[in-house]
Amino acid sequence: MRPFAYARATDVQGALAAARDEEVMFLAGGTNLLDLMKTGVERPARLVDITRLPLGAIEERPAGLRLGALARNTDVADHPLVRTRYPVLSQAIVAGASPQLRNMATVGGNLLQRTRCPYFQEPSFAECNKRTPGSGCAARHGYHRMHAIVGHSEQCIATNPGDMAVALLVLDAVVQVVGPDGDRAIPIGEFHQLPGDTPHLDTGLRRGELVTAVDLPPPAVPRSSYLKVRDRASYAFALVSVAAVLDLDTQGVIRQARLALGGVAHKPWRVPEAEQVLIGRPAAEDAWRAAADVALPDARPLRDNAFKVELARRSLVRALTTTAALA
Amino acid sequence: MNMSRRVFVESMLASGVATSLPSFAPPTTLRPPPPVSTALTINGRRHQLELDPRVTLLDLLREELDLTGTKKGCDHGQCGACTVLVNGRRINACLALAVAHDGDAVTTIEGLAEGEALHPVQAAFLEHDALQCGYCTPGQICSAVALLEEAAAGAVSAATPDVAQLAPVSLTDEEIRERMSGNLCRCGAYPNIVAAVRTASRRRSS
Repeated sequence: MRPFAYARATDVQGALAAARDEEVMFLAGGTNLLDLMKTGVERPARLVDITRLPLGAIEERPAGLRLGALARNTDVADHPLVRTRYPVLSQAIVAGASPQLRNMATVGGNLLQRTRCPYFQEPSFAECNKRTPGSGCAARHGYHRMHAIVGHSEQCIATNPGDMAVALLVLDAVVQVVGPDGDRAIPIGEFHQLPGDTPHLDTGLRRGELVTAVDLPPPAVPRSSYLKVRDRASYAFALVSVAAVLDLDTQGVIRQARLALGGVAHKPWRVPEAEQVLIGRPAAEDAWRAAADVALPDARPLRDNAFKVELARRSLVRALTTTAALA
Repeated sequence: MNMSRRVFVESMLASGVATSLPSFAPPTTLRPPPPVSTALTINGRRHQLELDPRVTLLDLLREELDLTGTKKGCDHGQCGACTVLVNGRRINACLALAVAHDGDAVTTIEGLAEGEALHPVQAAFLEHDALQCGYCTPGQICSAVALLEEAAAGAVSAATPDVAQLAPVSLTDEEIRERMSGNLCRCGAYPNIVAAVRTASRRRSS
C-alpha cells in the first residue's frame, strides 16, 4: 500500500479544507477504498477520516426522510421508517454484501463505491481504461459474463455493483453535496454516469466535494420491492437486480410504475419504456410481460452475457408480480 | 516544510482537522508515514498506541498485540475469518484501519469466554462439532454472537419475509444461513455451524 498521511476531520468545513488538493480521499466505512488501496488500484497520498463528522442521523423531515451520509447501511435497512415506507430500500441494502460489511459501509460510501470489474481490481492486467486511462479494456476480449449489456462504451464495460442506489433510483432520491464551490442537490439519476470516453469517472462529483445526505421524498406509492438474481444465494453481486415501485388504484389499475435495473450498466438503469407500457393497464401477468418485452430496447450484449437481456426481462416480470401482490 | 510541528497542528486544529501528522506533503518515497496516536479498548484492556496509519485492525491484533485468534483469510472482506466485534457490532477487521477506530471497544474471540467458562456460542460450536480445520471458526463464532444480538433487536435480513412488518425475528435455518453468509468455510462445515447457531439461539430465548 502506498504510504499516506492520515487526518481525522472534526467538522465539515475542516474536511473540505483538507480535501482541496489532488490525491486526497475521504475515508468513511472504507470497505471498498481500503480493499482497492491494498492492491494499489487506489493510491491516495492523504486520507481524511470523516467518520466523526455529525452526518450519521436518519431524520424525518417535512419533505421526506433524510439519510445522513455517514448512516451505516445496517442502520438504514433496520430503521422503522425505511422498513415501513420504503421497503424496497431496506430490501436492497440487505441484498448487498454481508452483515459485517453493512455494519461498516455508509450511505455516502455505498454511493461512491467504484463501478468496477475484476480486470479493474487486478493491476496485473495492464489494460484498464478505468484504472489507467488510455490503456485499453482487458474485459472486452476477456471473460465478461458479469459485464454491462447497455450503456457501455468501447472504453469500458464494467457495471455498478451497488444495490442501494438501484432502490434510490425508483424512490427519486436526491443526493446533497457540499464543496468548495458551494452546495448542490443532485437527483440520484444524474449522480452516476456512463463510461463514454471518461471511464475513470464513475460520478459527476467534483474534486473536494463531500456527500452529506440522501433525501427521500415522501412515499406516494406504497408498494415497492427489490429482487436480486445472482450466482449464489447471498454475498454475491447481481447478475441482474430489479427495484420496483407500483401504484395501483382501487380497481387494480396501474396508475404509476417506477422500475430500475442493477447489474446491467455502468450505473443503475431506469427502464422508462417498461414503465410507460404499464400505466392504465390492469395489474396482471400480461401487463408484466408487455412491459418486459419493451424494456432495454438499446441492449447491446457482449459475447458472454447475452443471457442477461432475457434474464433482466424475466426478472422484471417476477419483480412486478411480487410487488403487485403486496397488500 | 518550514513550519514547526506545533504551528502546523494548531493550524490544522483551527481548520477543523485534528492530526498528529507533522506534514501533509505527499510522500515522495516509500518511507513509512508518521505514526498516529490511537486509543483502543481490546477485550476490556485499554491500549494507547502510536500506529502507522496503514495498519489494519486485523494486523494490529495479530502482529502487534499477539491476539492471533482472529484469522487472516482473504484480507479483502470476502471470507469473514477476521470478524471481530467493534462496539458490539461485527465487522471485517481486515478492511478497517486501526487508526480509524480511535476510542472504540473491540472484542475478539479471546474476549468471549468468562475465565474458563466458554461463551454459549463457543460451547454450542464444540457440542455440534461445527468445524473441521477450525481456521474460520473464530470469525464464525464472533459473527454468530453478533447475529444473536441483531436478531434480538429485530434486525432485518434478506431472508426476512416482509421487512415492512416490524415483527420479532424468528431464526429459522434459512435466516441463520443468510445471516451467517459473510463467513465462508472452505471445509464445508455449514450444516453443523447452522445447528450450533440454532442451539445457541434457542438456549438464549428459553
